[in-house]
Amino acid sequence: MSLLIGSLTIGLILSLLAFGILISFRVVAFEDLTVDGSLALGGAAAASLIVADWNPIAATLLGALAGATAGAVTATLHHRFDINRLLAGILVMTALYSVNLRVMGKSNVPLLSHPTVMSYADGLASTLFGDQRLISVSVWEAPGRDIAALLLMFAVAVCAGVVLFLFFRTNLGLAMLAIGDNSRMIRALGVNVGLMTTLALFIGNGLIGLAGALLAQYQGFADVQMGIGMLVWGVASVILGESLVRSKKIGLLITGAVMGSVLFRLLVAIALRWGLNPNDLKLITAVAVFVALVLPKFLSHGSRVVRRPSRA
Amino acid sequence: MLEVTGIRKTFFAGTPNEVRALQGVDLKIEPGSWVNVIGTNGSGKSTLLNAVAGAFYVDEGRIRLDGTDITRWPEHRRAKLIGRVFQDPFSGTAPTMTIAENLALASRRGQVRGLTFALKGPRKNELRDRVAAMGLGLENRLDNPIGTLSGGQRQSLTLLMSALIRPSLLLLDEHTAALDPKSADQVIRLTQQFIERDQLTTLMVTHSMPQAAFLGDRVIMMDRGRVVHDISGPDKKRLRPEDLLSKFEELRRANQLDESAAEMLRAQYV
Repeated sequence: MSLLIGSLTIGLILSLLAFGILISFRVVAFEDLTVDGSLALGGAAAASLIVADWNPIAATLLGALAGATAGAVTATLHHRFDINRLLAGILVMTALYSVNLRVMGKSNVPLLSHPTVMSYADGLASTLFGDQRLISVSVWEAPGRDIAALLLMFAVAVCAGVVLFLFFRTNLGLAMLAIGDNSRMIRALGVNVGLMTTLALFIGNGLIGLAGALLAQYQGFADVQMGIGMLVWGVASVILGESLVRSKKIGLLITGAVMGSVLFRLLVAIALRWGLNPNDLKLITAVAVFVALVLPKFLSHGSRVVRRPSRA
Repeated sequence: MLEVTGIRKTFFAGTPNEVRALQGVDLKIEPGSWVNVIGTNGSGKSTLLNAVAGAFYVDEGRIRLDGTDITRWPEHRRAKLIGRVFQDPFSGTAPTMTIAENLALASRRGQVRGLTFALKGPRKNELRDRVAAMGLGLENRLDNPIGTLSGGQRQSLTLLMSALIRPSLLLLDEHTAALDPKSADQVIRLTQQFIERDQLTTLMVTHSMPQAAFLGDRVIMMDRGRVVHDISGPDKKRLRPEDLLSKFEELRRANQLDESAAEMLRAQYV
């Protein structure tokens, strides 16, 4: 039971990562590879601030801001200096590895003896469940702290999703959505595509940094390696979500990203429980993404897949 | 009012693929005037339009619109003053977004886009009225993705979007060339309707001689990056498509003469 709740919680934290990927890869069609770096940066910055006795919420938000800045740098490298998108992301991601080591001063910062956002989960648990250590959920029993953490992360993911959804109904958000759909048109309607893409990557990597900050506090440490493979993880969640909702509407895509992230995490937890070697996890994730990308084409029986008109 | 003075543009300068697309074009369009641009492929007519729209910066010359020098303005900044319709009906709209969303995007052309909701109740009704006024029956499909519409419908909407806020200049780049005859007719009718209603200053590139002859109040013909004919006033009123075709024929013969003369001179002196 504890395992189930744990994977749900991590799935919800990583749905923020999926939101970030959704914004860069889908909304503005920018293949942003900063992700592995900005997630670790969010965790590293938040952890270092917490160790320096900052308020955990302030530390978490600054971690998100650090991630956001990294995203803005990637976008700027691309549209200001005309560096290829993939290369711009790789440059920033690589540079961030050193930055993260600098930020933390070492490769791993433990948080167990410091107050973190998980302390709020403890507080929530004692108000909700009083002194009971184990709470029975239907037929199972689970530690109250884990349930409180799950509720907390659920609230965070839902809030982030709702705010994003509302944002994409504003004039600004609508213009951002149009970039991935038809950048030529939106330029002719007076939008500075470079600047708007920078804003998109700022927001996207901010969410990814937030995911990193929360993940570090949930698992009790920040590690310089914690970002590795997160890009593919997020892409897998987004693709899984898309196949679940089967729509291009942004509200459904946001919902799908949460569902995809949680479901993917659950699948992984089950696979690990069945004896999957954790070392094989990234290989299997990559293969799963490949299959998810290729399968629809096979299923359409060779009939041509309808594509968007290519953008100039 | 659009004033283009001495603009030149050379693509791939200094390479074997060098193209001198514009070789000193001067053009002045009075407010409310509708100018058609014709010319053979590669004559520079679309390049002229793109130069005005800001798709690239010109090498020389100046472009002024409503008295403002916009020569060094980037494309997105010029969009504040310029409405555009492209040849490809898929270029002017965002396919996965709904009709209403596309119109909402166009209703803020060149303006600050803030955090207010794009489709509040009254806003949507206003847009619905504008769509209904086109008489295509699309007002009941505002929440459908634009990608589900036909090319003609999409081009009609692009036209509406380009004129949703009154532009100082409307640029039409062969906007009926990719449509079937019936849709092309419909789009041209709407074009006329919008331009006449709002007295729009218009620059329209077209391949169709009847369109060039019967629409608008001035025709310019381009050849090899220059304006070679400029027909307006009473001459334009008398203009028939055949006259334009014969001008093309003249041009073709002149160009042939150029080549054969050069050949002759080469044979004699080189």
